[in-house]
Amino acid sequence: MADSTIAIILRIILGGAVLAALLGFSIGTAVAVATQGQGLGILSLADWLAIRFTLWQACISAGLSVGIAIPVARALARQSFIGRQALITLLGAPFILPVIVGVLGLLAVFGRAGWISDFLTWAGFARLSIYGPPGVILAHVFFNLPLATRFLLQGWAAVPAERFRVVHSLAASPWAYFRLIEWPLLRTVLPGAFLLIFLLCLTSFAVALAVGGGPKGTTIELAIYQAFRLDFDLSKAASLAVVQFSLCGGVAMLAFLVPLPQTDGLGLDRLPQRFDAYAHRTADCLWIFCATAFLVMPLSAVLFRGVGHIHNLPHQVIVASLTSLLIALTSTIVCIAMALSLALAFARRGMAARNLAEGVGILGLATSPLVVGTGLFVMIFPFAHPMTFAVPITASVNAMMALPFALRVLMPAVREIYTDYLHLRCSLNMTRWFWLSRIVLPRLSRPLGFAAGLAVALSMGDLGVIALFADPDLQTLPLLLYRLMGAYRMDQAAGVAVVLVAQSLALFWIFDRGGRGYVGSK
Amino acid sequence: MLALNKVRFQQGDFALSADFSVPTGARVAVIGPSGGGKSTFLNGIAGFITSDAGKVLWDGEVMPDHPGRRPLSILFQDHNLFPHLSVMDNVAVGISPDMRLSQVQREQVSAALEQVGLADKSAAYPRDLSGGQLGRVGLARVLLRQRPLLLLDEPFSALGPALKDEMLDVLRGILDAKATTALMVTHDPKDALAFADQAILVADGCATAPQPIQQLFKAPPPALRAYLGSRT
Amino acid sequence: MRLTSLFAGLFLTTTAVAETPVLTILTYDSFVSDWGPGPAVEAAFEATCGCDLRMVGAGDGAALLARLKLEGSRSDADVVLGLDTNLMAAAADTGLFAPISITANYAVPGGWADPYFAPFDWGYFAFVQNAELEAPTNFRALADSDLKIVIQDPRSSTPGLGLLMWVKAAYGADAADIWTDLADNIVTVTAGWSEAYGMFLEGEADLVLSYTTSPAYHLIAEGDASKSFAVFDEGHYMQIEVAGKLASSNQSALSDQFLQFMVSDAFQSIIPTTNWMFPAVTPAAGLPEGFPKPLSAKQSLIFSPIEAAALRNVALVEWQTALSQ
Repeated sequence: MADSTIAIILRIILGGAVLAALLGFSIGTAVAVATQGQGLGILSLADWLAIRFTLWQACISAGLSVGIAIPVARALARQSFIGRQALITLLGAPFILPVIVGVLGLLAVFGRAGWISDFLTWAGFARLSIYGPPGVILAHVFFNLPLATRFLLQGWAAVPAERFRVVHSLAASPWAYFRLIEWPLLRTVLPGAFLLIFLLCLTSFAVALAVGGGPKGTTIELAIYQAFRLDFDLSKAASLAVVQFSLCGGVAMLAFLVPLPQTDGLGLDRLPQRFDAYAHRTADCLWIFCATAFLVMPLSAVLFRGVGHIHNLPHQVIVASLTSLLIALTSTIVCIAMALSLALAFARRGMAARNLAEGVGILGLATSPLVVGTGLFVMIFPFAHPMTFAVPITASVNAMMALPFALRVLMPAVREIYTDYLHLRCSLNMTRWFWLSRIVLPRLSRPLGFAAGLAVALSMGDLGVIALFADPDLQTLPLLLYRLMGAYRMDQAAGVAVVLVAQSLALFWIFDRGGRGYVGSK
Repeated sequence: MLALNKVRFQQGDFALSADFSVPTGARVAVIGPSGGGKSTFLNGIAGFITSDAGKVLWDGEVMPDHPGRRPLSILFQDHNLFPHLSVMDNVAVGISPDMRLSQVQREQVSAALEQVGLADKSAAYPRDLSGGQLGRVGLARVLLRQRPLLLLDEPFSALGPALKDEMLDVLRGILDAKATTALMVTHDPKDALAFADQAILVADGCATAPQPIQQLFKAPPPALRAYLGSRT
Repeated sequence: MRLTSLFAGLFLTTTAVAETPVLTILTYDSFVSDWGPGPAVEAAFEATCGCDLRMVGAGDGAALLARLKLEGSRSDADVVLGLDTNLMAAAADTGLFAPISITANYAVPGGWADPYFAPFDWGYFAFVQNAELEAPTNFRALADSDLKIVIQDPRSSTPGLGLLMWVKAAYGADAADIWTDLADNIVTVTAGWSEAYGMFLEGEADLVLSYTTSPAYHLIAEGDASKSFAVFDEGHYMQIEVAGKLASSNQSALSDQFLQFMVSDAFQSIIPTTNWMFPAVTPAAGLPEGFPKPLSAKQSLIFSPIEAAALRNVALVEWQTALSQ
């Protein structure tokens, strides 16, 4: 059915506006920064070596995250047990932890003075030291395995129930089973998931430093810091940001060249009954247990560390929580609005257009927060006091950061809805408003809930660009955490970390569960 | 001969009992109100649900637990085919899920495709086929497997009348060749009458023994009368 | 009569409020935090100046300078507080600062004389450890030992930069060798001081680069005497933090008043137990019990601002090369 002209124009305007905003935030800010300098600078040998290491480490981290997620997601999709949904939600936690909290938690378990080291020294072995490339990879897998698992679970949920029964009735060997059911779903989900996680690892900064063991393990971001803080060489900073873009853009280009098979929709929202659950129970339980232990132990270390100090929290926690909540909710609304606009505008177009939309969405990950913040500052300062824009700017930058994940989840879903139900809309002559509000949005509730949950949690834990736009009266929980740590008050900081994690997780659960619960499925 | 010895299939909090046998070569329609347990009945025979009490027997022997080792083929309403495999591969998985075929097997696949009239579509993909063609690929797979028992779960309900008749013709051809026993779940009494000579009524947690279908429709028991309404 | 005087009173107060000048101080974030000197300084100054003191935090020292350069002469700040000597040359080069004439009896080792900046506190970088550990006595001893240390990256952290300059000041051309020898002692190099100190407290390393006053915090604020710092033979590098007045300020007299307040007892007595640094002018009450003694002038290493700016990139390249082997 052809769309009316108005529909097309609306879609172009909305989608185009979002694309323009994204480009402005990313490339535009880099340009703004560059105009303050004298053009583009050059990179040193050490910088190139750092880039090479970063690429290598990002590849391995993403590969491992995704590789381990495959059997874990398979196990979770197959087995049903009490608390399964709670576990799946909980598994999202590491991804939404603020980096410094996550790293300290990870070190509490895997560090030189961590639980495992203590056990090893007690058993007579040497301490465990993960610092260096192994540490960086471990930390990246810790942060990204949950995300990879959730993406894969989404893929499993899209397999129609009948397909399992067909394969079962054919007495398929495990290899045939894999080829018939799992392989097509991996082909659909993996490239996008790998790409996102790869880019996350490519641009990660504090993690790489904290466990990297030295400057060898550092990224372009540090070179940008040097250019800004020590040399005040803005042109060099801008050119480094452009290198980072090109790197990420180049990688994104490669991934998008992989043709993605079409989704074949109409999963009827019931979790299919699995007949091979019993046969694989031991192996599956082992995978689930190991993954859970790996992800939950550092999290519980964070909780143990801080729970004892909850009674001791500074009173600023309450205001900081509310401030963080306000900014997080604002950024979630902005993020979902952008993602929906892009998805509705581009999901039904050809592959090139879809890849363009997702590619621009990914720019949010490829930017250096320092460059973005500075660029925005430069753009706003001539006209108004940046401080008055602290909340909207922080919310927008956070929204941009969560956008690639929201897109990854919403684009296939929107596409599927239109494929499955558009003929119904035409035959029933539904109005645009009815179609969008009563059909599309409810059908999107599951991915929307997940995307909103991610956005709100990511924003809660992010320090972001608030430094440059700092309003002295505006204090978020992460900022409070950093201030306490900077004032030697580590115990209180640990308590605030617990509050932060609890609040982020609660918000994530509310949105995620709300989305799933809406459809009324198990 | 398919025998159900005091079997009881439990799916969630719904239980279905059955205790009868189906003669070899019979064509049986499984009818009844929605939610009455028709799919549970079929899933039980297929082996997706195990019986709490009693056993399912084929030719006097207890059927193996694993659905793939039971001497049957099953055809669903939808999603019988794998979208990422060609028509050829979709049929081939019927005898070799690994899709590694010997020359002989390859010829058998081609023959099956020819018998359903899709010889020229062996390299096509499900997304390129019409509803009727998709149904025929499913039938080709059934034909290839040559199992003595065939279970059908409303396989043609989405097709138009002419197409449905076409499918039923192809199906009859397959069944006649090897005297296959067939149980078809259908919600349309007309389809039931067209296809089957016997009918099993599944209602209120109970599956009744097969009766000649004309008789059943002439003097329907209360449950069936409620289901049939005032027509037919 | 009463009504009119009440009215007049109200009117006068409102006009007084409307005329209260606002003094804006651009400083680093930990100064304005509720646990830093900010709140106490604001209360003390506002009590005497009849003005509204506004403090704006902008990251740390280097970020502060970057922000100032971005704002240029359109900045609404009047006073910039929190640059250190490593950044002073670059700050002076901006041409944004106005000359000041603040006099005080500075306790800063080596004295102080600068036309644009006045110091408000200073400290020494040192390796902090648990008291029962046998402290290394100098860099070579540390490099030869098996002790594990955690340090910060000079590009993203002020103490990190401080350590870099310390090794350079102590060893000059041999600095590269020291770094090569230290490489196996380094557990990791973090982005900021907080992560490093947190890791040290959790036991991940034996020593962390921090300030000589860090153990004093634990002793005074927490009653915990378990931390100490390693005294190095080569001396310790100093960090002197300064403040200056912006030429573009429209509150020139008030800024001068603040800077004079800054070197007075009212401000200086707040510094030790909020900023955990040595006050530039020793307060009348003296240093708090538990504070370490300042080192002798010979042991207080520092580059002049011009030297620091010149040596920094060389030192950074040496550091990066040595640690990237």
